[in-house]
Amino acid sequence: MKVLSGTAVDLLYLVAAVCFILALKGLSGPRTARRGNLIGAGGAALGVVTTFFSTDLDNMGWILSSIVVGSAVAVPTARRVQMTQMPQLVALFNGVGGGAAAVVALLELSLLSGVSSFSGEQRGNLAAIAFTVLVGSVSFAGSGVTFAKLQELMTTRPVVLPGARPLLIGGLAAALAASVGVFVTGRLWVGIVLMLIGLALGIMLVLPVGGADVPIVISLLNAFTGLTVAAGGFVLRNTLLLVAGTLVGASGTILTRLMAAAMGRSVTGVLFGALRGGSTAGSTAVSNRPVRSAGPDDVAILLNYAHKVVVVPGYGLAVAQAQHAIRELEEVLESRGVEVEYGIHPVAGRMPGHMNVLLAEANVPYETLKEMDEINPEFKTTDVVLVVGANDVVNPAAKTTPGAPIYGMPILEVSDAQQVVFLKRSMRPGFAGIENELLYDPKTTLLFGDAKDSLTKVLTALKAL
Amino acid sequence: MSGVALLDIFVLSVFVGFEVVSKVSTTLHTPLMSGANAIHGIILVGAIIVTGHVHSAGAIAAGVFATVLATVNLVGGFVVTDRMLEMFKGRAKPAPAVSAEPSADGARAGRVTR
Repeated sequence: MKVLSGTAVDLLYLVAAVCFILALKGLSGPRTARRGNLIGAGGAALGVVTTFFSTDLDNMGWILSSIVVGSAVAVPTARRVQMTQMPQLVALFNGVGGGAAAVVALLELSLLSGVSSFSGEQRGNLAAIAFTVLVGSVSFAGSGVTFAKLQELMTTRPVVLPGARPLLIGGLAAALAASVGVFVTGRLWVGIVLMLIGLALGIMLVLPVGGADVPIVISLLNAFTGLTVAAGGFVLRNTLLLVAGTLVGASGTILTRLMAAAMGRSVTGVLFGALRGGSTAGSTAVSNRPVRSAGPDDVAILLNYAHKVVVVPGYGLAVAQAQHAIRELEEVLESRGVEVEYGIHPVAGRMPGHMNVLLAEANVPYETLKEMDEINPEFKTTDVVLVVGANDVVNPAAKTTPGAPIYGMPILEVSDAQQVVFLKRSMRPGFAGIENELLYDPKTTLLFGDAKDSLTKVLTALKAL
Repeated sequence: MSGVALLDIFVLSVFVGFEVVSKVSTTLHTPLMSGANAIHGIILVGAIIVTGHVHSAGAIAAGVFATVLATVNLVGGFVVTDRMLEMFKGRAKPAPAVSAEPSADGARAGRVTR
């Protein structure tokens, strides 16, 4: 139905686009995130409704029933999914978006296909169509592979096919040739060939990526899909698609880099590392394995939204004289309803009871200091363990590595908790001089620096929340 | 709208996109990715428009396919992001006064604050 004037449509699209900007802005902060997401959903609904009232559309029955079917599939799936399976669901949703963009572009191409000579504007459209078809199908197929990896339908290890490199280079060359073909001829069949090449390329790109790096790839493909939507908006002369797609493309690119940086990886390393025979293929060179480090703000947010936090103090706390800082942190967290306890290993520090004395000096209530046997069963229900300057007393090598100097020593089972945050000065091993596997665990976050310094910064960030 | 005007919008949007997410806590990386993912589901608008303008059976089938996929992206994306963000609800510092939802959590925190 065409009931809205062109100006009204443009203004409503502008409102929807602003909603998307506010949504992304809101999603960047913990307090505003949920509201931001709702604003985004509102903008999307406005955009879709506006579209129905701005154009004369045929096939309305088909369109409406498609939307009903799509919603009927998506809502229950999104509601029922387990928290642990969310990344693959996001991958799947991203993939179908890319697929939709590619098909939309192909349909636009079919509308142009009968034309014998193209105007300048139509040439521009053909270029955008070629881009959308190619990148959309890369995103579709690539997301499919990430989904399979995360769902463990296939191996999560990097898969390097024989001749993967020449194959990838050949694929890129073929994609370029077919894109030029679409631009020059404007034929539908060339577009379909381009789509098939894109699907193959998507699979080839993601297969060599290791399981731990897959979230970074999802974010990258998400940015890709955003750009295809923007190109789709260019073809359809639709400003809402153009703005929304570009926003996602740009913010997705930044986010991909942030994620890679937080995991100590580079984006090109993630994508091509295995092809170069590099790190993701699973070598065991211990010293430069990737760890996840974070800033004081991240740690503050983690603590603020936890139900239960256990502090594991060690020698580093004593060296840095950080007992007053940790006490203050405990008070702030408790005032916000977070349960805080201390897990004291018998040999934490350099003498038995070192920690108890130190913490008593800072007026930490006695009842919150728990001995090892008392605290170990509690880690299973703990959200965040904050390891302050301790290492060997939480090192799983004591249980798993018969040759290790500390083998057989009882340890604090901090790996049972949801998240572990290490405050450490460096990656240097602890007193016993052995590597701590826990530092490389996916649930571990490291905050480097002097314990007192780090705690003070976390405290400042926490108070600002 | 002219190609150049669209290019203007594109370039400005790139800068806005860079700007809004310049500083994000690692805790929020996954929800932000998921939210951005939902936003590009707005390709549904494109799917609706092209499906409304084609007439051959094959093209309508392709349009239906695209519309279903885009709806899954858009609707599912926002719902799953909301579920992720639920974990941020209610745990943080409820007001010291009477909280609207008398959850065990709120009651505990409220008592401590008073």
